[in-house]
Amino acid sequence: MSSILIRDLVKRHGAQVTVDRVSLEIGQGEFVAFLGPSGCGKTTTLRMIAGLTEASAGSIHFGTREVTNLPPYLRDAGLVFQGYALFPHMSVAENVAFGLQMRKVDRAEVRRRVDEALSLVKLAHLAGRLPKELSGGQQQRVALARAIVYKPEVLLLDEPLSALDAKLRTEVRTELRRLQSALGLTTIFVTHDQDEALSVADRIVVMSAGRVEQVGTPREIYQRPATRFVAEFIGLTNLFPGGLEGPGRFRCESGECFSTGSTDVPPNASVLAIRPEHVSLLRDDPAPGGACALAATVEDVIYRGALTEFVVRTASGAKLAAHLQNTDLGRDELRPGDRVIASWPADAPMLF
Amino acid sequence: MTGSRSPFPRSWSDRSFWPVIVGGCVAAFVMVLSPLAAIIWVSFFENKIISFPPTGYTFDWYRAAAAMPQFRDGFFTSLELGLVAMLVSLVIGVPAALVLARGRFPGREAIQSLLLAPLIVPGIVAGAALYMFLIEVELASGVQVAMTFTGLAIAHSLIALPWTVRLVTASLVGLDPQLKEAALTMGAREFTAFRLVTWPLIRPGVVAGALFAFIASFVDLEKSLFLVGPGMTTLPIVIVNYLEWSIDPTIAAVATVQIAIISAGLVLTDRYFKLARAF
Ligand SMILES: Nc1ncnc2c1ncn2[C@@H]1O[C@H](COP(=O)(O)OP(=O)(O)OP(=O)(O)O)[C@@H](O)[C@H]1O
Ligand SMILES: [Mg+2]
Repeated sequence: MSSILIRDLVKRHGAQVTVDRVSLEIGQGEFVAFLGPSGCGKTTTLRMIAGLTEASAGSIHFGTREVTNLPPYLRDAGLVFQGYALFPHMSVAENVAFGLQMRKVDRAEVRRRVDEALSLVKLAHLAGRLPKELSGGQQQRVALARAIVYKPEVLLLDEPLSALDAKLRTEVRTELRRLQSALGLTTIFVTHDQDEALSVADRIVVMSAGRVEQVGTPREIYQRPATRFVAEFIGLTNLFPGGLEGPGRFRCESGECFSTGSTDVPPNASVLAIRPEHVSLLRDDPAPGGACALAATVEDVIYRGALTEFVVRTASGAKLAAHLQNTDLGRDELRPGDRVIASWPADAPMLF
Repeated sequence: MTGSRSPFPRSWSDRSFWPVIVGGCVAAFVMVLSPLAAIIWVSFFENKIISFPPTGYTFDWYRAAAAMPQFRDGFFTSLELGLVAMLVSLVIGVPAALVLARGRFPGREAIQSLLLAPLIVPGIVAGAALYMFLIEVELASGVQVAMTFTGLAIAHSLIALPWTVRLVTASLVGLDPQLKEAALTMGAREFTAFRLVTWPLIRPGVVAGALFAFIASFVDLEKSLFLVGPGMTTLPIVIVNYLEWSIDPTIAAVATVQIAIISAGLVLTDRYFKLARAF
């Protein structure tokens, strides 16, 4: 229940820099998601915060308390390991009780809080089982209960829901989020799943190759990605390499020329990105060939229920993805081979 | 059944093979166990000259064996050596296994394979080497070690050590290092984490390592052969010496006691730790 302040945190493994000058400020009671590709240093960062891996440089504070060089047992963090790490010789209830016993909580209170934590993860009926008698998803929920039961100052979750099926995942996630805000637990939640990060986190930290690429609310991360990496990593993006050609004009390598729109344009922009949902397709419209319109041929159509995904190819050979909402029941269907005009709002392009 | 398409044309799951498998197992067991059964049986024969069928059964040979000083002394020497070897291999072997299983240092693999050497080097060669080594020590220091209890104790500790290290290492290899870390993050100090998490999980391996160390020492014949002296002889060597001069059911009675102790040790070990996991 304290804020976390990380300054210039570095981890070196020999010559390799695994975590590279990570700086972060996480507010009291905030729920932050770490998002990034496999091997980008999420687990290593979490382990340094928990005190299991020594930081090569930098500092970590919980509130005003510096914990950089404290052993893990003096930090008061709760950690759910990627591989659960349940004690195989203890029952589910004993596993969950462990943290409370280390804090010398009295017996009746231990029992009450273990029950509470187990019903939270919907496992109260399995309290007497051994971990090996549980399914992967059940083990993961025990690990979660074990970490939240003693209400740690900071809760660190390393992909805590990865083994759950979609329905249970949403349920436990919602429940976790509810509890987290009720208790005001400062939480870091590592995930591979960007939908999950976008839907539950107060803020998202996007990491790549040991570095923080961007920190922001889900909306900021998705709508205003700070780097090309973020734009590509979160959601789907059409990318056009090229260069600026005079103010407000971007010349693609494939030959097209687009308006840069109203966003701030970095002077040495080398790529223009457009989200597929911003692209609209109109059949063979002889519309004014404005800066944001492009003649193309439909190549691929994937019907997804609420939306349809199109891939179209422009005259110059560039591919463009477009996602159209299926709101208009009467709309005539586009088929592969159809000629269309692709266009987008003036402020849709993002430049990096 | 020409249409049936199993990946194995006549696989092991095919029931017609079962008699062959069962028959093979039975044959193997009979081959291994029949000499033991025969010795145990003979130890109860009444007649002094072993002949079949026996004229009657008796416990006299056990009494006779217990009365013979060389068997009594040999038995107690072997027992003491086994216990000393067990203690030494625990004190040295458990920390060594902890380092070998967890540490990262150059030469770690080499040491691990070196520990397999006792399984490969013929016992008699190792025994001769030990003997020469102890003689060299004696020449250099002037203290007699060969043919003393100390010399035997050193040799038997060396016999037992690889087994303890291997069994304890095997129990550590299967242990997730994150378990201890989980305990630490939940507020347990190093020692508490060891006591509540690591120790209960490696205890079976340690107990098995201790028992196996005892057995390895108790059954050893070849490695001790050069190291024993007058009044300081192990049970297996007493048995061999006795056999040179006479064969009567006394020796069967002694062997039966030995078999009983070893089997008890093995059964106990396997209860704590599946031996198959270590090899
Ligand atoms: N003890 C170590 N020694 C050497 N390199 C290590 C060590 N631990 C981690 N690394 C390296 O650090 C990098 C980051 O690892 P980390 O486990 O933090 O990734 P991650 O973001 O959690 O990935 P994932 O999403 O797959 O769990 C990896 O390239 C890994 O190989
Ligand atoms: Mg990880």
